[in-house]
Amino acid sequence: MNIFKKKTYVPINIQRPDDEPAQVPIIKDGMWTKCPKCEKTIYVKELSDHKVCVVCKNPFRIGVNERLGITVDENTFSELFANIRTKNPMNFPNYEKKIDEVCKKTGIQEAVISGECEINGEKCIICIMDSNFIMGSMGSVVGEKITRSFEHATENNLPIVIFTASGGARMQEGINSLMQMAKISAAAARHNEKGLLYITVLTDPTTGGVTASFAMQGDVILSEPNALIGFAGARVIENTIKQKLPEGFQRAEFLLEHGFIDKIVKREELKNTIGNILKIHSIGGEEVL
Amino acid sequence: MNTVADIIKIVRKTTRPTSLEYIEHIFDGFVEFHGDRLFADDKAVVGGIALLNGMPVTVIGIQKGHTIEENVLRNFGSVHPEGYRKALRLMKQAEKFNRPVITFINTAGAFCGIGAEERGQGEAIARNLIEMSSLKVPIISIIIGEGGSGGAIALALADKVWMLENSVYSILSPEGFASILWKDVKRSGEAAELMKMTARDLLDIEIIDKVIKEHEDGAENDFDLTANEIKLSLIEEFNELRSFSTDELLQKRYEKFRNMGEYLE
Ligand SMILES: [Zn+2]
Repeated sequence: MNIFKKKTYVPINIQRPDDEPAQVPIIKDGMWTKCPKCEKTIYVKELSDHKVCVVCKNPFRIGVNERLGITVDENTFSELFANIRTKNPMNFPNYEKKIDEVCKKTGIQEAVISGECEINGEKCIICIMDSNFIMGSMGSVVGEKITRSFEHATENNLPIVIFTASGGARMQEGINSLMQMAKISAAAARHNEKGLLYITVLTDPTTGGVTASFAMQGDVILSEPNALIGFAGARVIENTIKQKLPEGFQRAEFLLEHGFIDKIVKREELKNTIGNILKIHSIGGEEVL
Repeated sequence: MNTVADIIKIVRKTTRPTSLEYIEHIFDGFVEFHGDRLFADDKAVVGGIALLNGMPVTVIGIQKGHTIEENVLRNFGSVHPEGYRKALRLMKQAEKFNRPVITFINTAGAFCGIGAEERGQGEAIARNLIEMSSLKVPIISIIIGEGGSGGAIALALADKVWMLENSVYSILSPEGFASILWKDVKRSGEAAELMKMTARDLLDIEIIDKVIKEHEDGAENDFDLTANEIKLSLIEEFNELRSFSTDELLQKRYEKFRNMGEYLE
């Protein structure tokens, strides 16, 4: 399997293309932007590398390259499975065209990027989802890349860290997208059975089929503050039960309160927290004082 | 042959036979067990132990009703986290006692509500998927009506997945699909055609393994035909599945889902 040997070294501070999709806060240097949480207008330069609101500390949505830049040790990331490309299994009208446009806009090929890296010197497999790419939706490519990442981690006895950001299944690929939930889960199960560590980091937003599969399967589940995390969309719930949803519903703090995540970690502290968890797991049980 | 529009009408009729009716017909001595041991007993899921032609099995089904009262009791077959957790408890019990598992699926989707989210609907489905993928006994899932998205696959990560001729299995309803992708619910007919959600379509693209015969106007018009075919197929298939070692069984289950999805490379 030569795919496992193929490594492309990717610089980790790629300039993002100029026109970003509209559904995420637009972050461009030299511009003003509005914080989606406190609604204050912020000068973008003040956001620093971590892209955290200077007023309310809310972390802005960020893409794959920004995430890599603040997470992995310099020059340690090598991308895996980069040549897997989207197909149109249901012949959904204009799907290829849409994919082409989103690729051009975002500068990435699909809603997840996988690779090997080190975090605070600890070697691991990393997958990062990007909500700029059709809301980080999971179709066959996302499913295949994450499955291969688990398989690669299992084969090489490595921990895996997955940053989730997804609106759920990729509707345009129909039932294929649903089946990715089963495919990834089976690969995660094998990684788990080998006694290897899986850390999930839930970021805004993590919903639908991603929440109902690998996002909730980590040994350790971390989240960024205020991240929207849930199975059903808020509007679907309101339409089903015909009532307004309570303040803070489906936010990271709500999930912590209900016992579904281990810890909410500020973005500035995430790298060190992940590094510490990886380090503690890298010490074998036989190594006692 | 029924069109997808015909099938969607048939599958949503309240007269459509339910999981409990198939269970009563196909198995002997069904003993129903309740509760997830954590929170509650979700009546949208039924489960327990029974004999299939003399062989002990664990049977689980998503249960709808025929009347409004029954449907309210069963939450219209929309399962809460405790329902998925009850099913998982019974599957782990089946593994302990080395009994094959049969699941009957008929749901428009997992329930969307405040309590369902508070109690971790996503976690419950995710847990079932990871546990079913390595459950050491054979599993056969049969979609007898609606196979609605995550709420259905949560009980359908199986060695064999079958569908009744007039059942559907999809990422979401055609109405939802049309309104999300085209912002126009009136195009649901077009969506249904595109989605490949019928048993025949899904057999063609190898998402499912078998189509069970049904009366053209729906299984309630010749219940014995469908129920008997399910019974005979189960006996035959478990004879085959039980001939595999646990490792072989799990490897085959892994490969079945491993090969799903289409991409370029
Ligand atoms: Zn703010």
